[in-house]
Amino acid sequence: MFSKFDVIETIEMIEKEHLDIRTVTMGISLLPCIRASAKETAQAVYDLVCRKAEKLVPTANALSAEYGIPIVNKRVSVTPVSLITAAFPGESAKVGEALDRAAGQLGIDFLGGYSALVHKGTADYEQAFLYTIPEVLANTQRLCSSVNVGSSKSGINMDAVRTMGEIVLKTAQLTKDKDGLGCAKLVVFCNAVEDNPFMAGAFHGVGEGDTVINVGVSGPGVVQHALKFVPDADLTDAAEVIKRTAFKITRAGQLIAKEAAKRLSARFGIVDLSLAPTPARGDSVAHILEELGLEVVGCHGTTAALAMLNDAVKKGGVMASSRVGGLSGAFIPVSEDIGMIESAAAGRISLDKLEAMTCVCSVGLDMIAIPGDTPAETISAIIADEAAIGMVNNKTTAVRVIPAPGKQVGEEVSFGGLLGRAPVMPVHTGDAGKFIRRGGLIPAPIHSFKN
Amino acid sequence: MRAVLTVTGSDRCGIIATVSVYLYEHKVNIEDISQTILGDQFAMIMMVDTSRSTVEFDRLGKELSELGENIGMTVRLQHADIFDAMHNV
Repeated sequence: MFSKFDVIETIEMIEKEHLDIRTVTMGISLLPCIRASAKETAQAVYDLVCRKAEKLVPTANALSAEYGIPIVNKRVSVTPVSLITAAFPGESAKVGEALDRAAGQLGIDFLGGYSALVHKGTADYEQAFLYTIPEVLANTQRLCSSVNVGSSKSGINMDAVRTMGEIVLKTAQLTKDKDGLGCAKLVVFCNAVEDNPFMAGAFHGVGEGDTVINVGVSGPGVVQHALKFVPDADLTDAAEVIKRTAFKITRAGQLIAKEAAKRLSARFGIVDLSLAPTPARGDSVAHILEELGLEVVGCHGTTAALAMLNDAVKKGGVMASSRVGGLSGAFIPVSEDIGMIESAAAGRISLDKLEAMTCVCSVGLDMIAIPGDTPAETISAIIADEAAIGMVNNKTTAVRVIPAPGKQVGEEVSFGGLLGRAPVMPVHTGDAGKFIRRGGLIPAPIHSFKN
Repeated sequence: MRAVLTVTGSDRCGIIATVSVYLYEHKVNIEDISQTILGDQFAMIMMVDTSRSTVEFDRLGKELSELGENIGMTVRLQHADIFDAMHNV
């Protein structure tokens, strides 16, 4: 049973502190859609996704009304498309465009899975697929793409890292009229997870079942608010407050996930225990770190504060959910977090500090605008650094940078909505070209040999 | 279905009467009722049973919300499971 104070607390969390279910994501296997031609495969993909996810939006809306908690995004993730277009990789765009049409038909905001897993080597069909990404992202609205270039078990595919530097730059150039928006829909991973409900990196892993429901929760504002009540607590007690709050947030996600799966005749996959910010004030991970006592996110101490936050979120969340997965931790996308935006605009957080922060939280260098004339090999080097952090630390890392077309440090890109806006941040100008051009595979670390 | 009905806003005459009449007319049973202060506002919390309701749950929620608007209050009807889940281990 619950008390009237519990009722009031929940209502305040939802109405004043931005508690919401960030996404209900249906994962769909596309393996049954492989046909002899790109055209037939695209049709089969469109038909399957529309059929499986037909009731996703109305069901999520009904749950939202019934339980009185907003469900912000309804999304779909699919099997990495490179796997189902292997026989005609040059025509993969037809499947990508079919998926985008399906997303429009379903009324969802993003569909993820225009993806390739090349962490141990890039097959010819995958190389051809990668080169389709910039144009497909320029020609679609809702499709998201991700490429896994490394893992703790296999090392880092530096040939793919080199290619992805070029792909990111080309994607920005083909969407230059929209500040390089295509790059906001393209993630380069190390240790990508197969059950991530969040975009742009969601795809439905081949080890997954036929149709699953994964849910991502949110609630940075709730955590910040809870910390306001303990302004003088030591960090042990502050961590306890975060754990308790994360527990409550995650329990809401677990309830919605199980009910959504039941109503949609899908398997309940996982709850992703992430703290996902939005550009709205009061919904910022950076402001939680500042609530803990930092003057501004990016100052010395930020990495330690984030490590504590990330760990406490996981500990509270794990207790609250029967199945945990995805990325699970605090997100630090620059453009999608008002505290990050303000710190970056004031020049008080650097790319180097963000890189250090990615060592202790759930993702990577996320939604960061860099100068539009950044060379492809420098972007590859940024990807390589981030992948190395993920590989050595057995965690997921990612790079989603936007080389802002025609823009320099001091200017800004603006995408609107949840994608927000990002001040262009400086990158190091030393040349890593020779290192990147060497190619090959950075071997897996010695501690990966656990068998 | 057990649900929680909350009414918040500035205190005034007839809040309980207005909501109770609607619930009675739609065969929604009130199991418990309490009130408290939410910030600087009045808050009434009712536990209700909608299993014999004459209309669907989503319509009950919409109509109660509209009823609230008419009297300058915010009325919400939520499945009780959300509170159970968040506040009980």
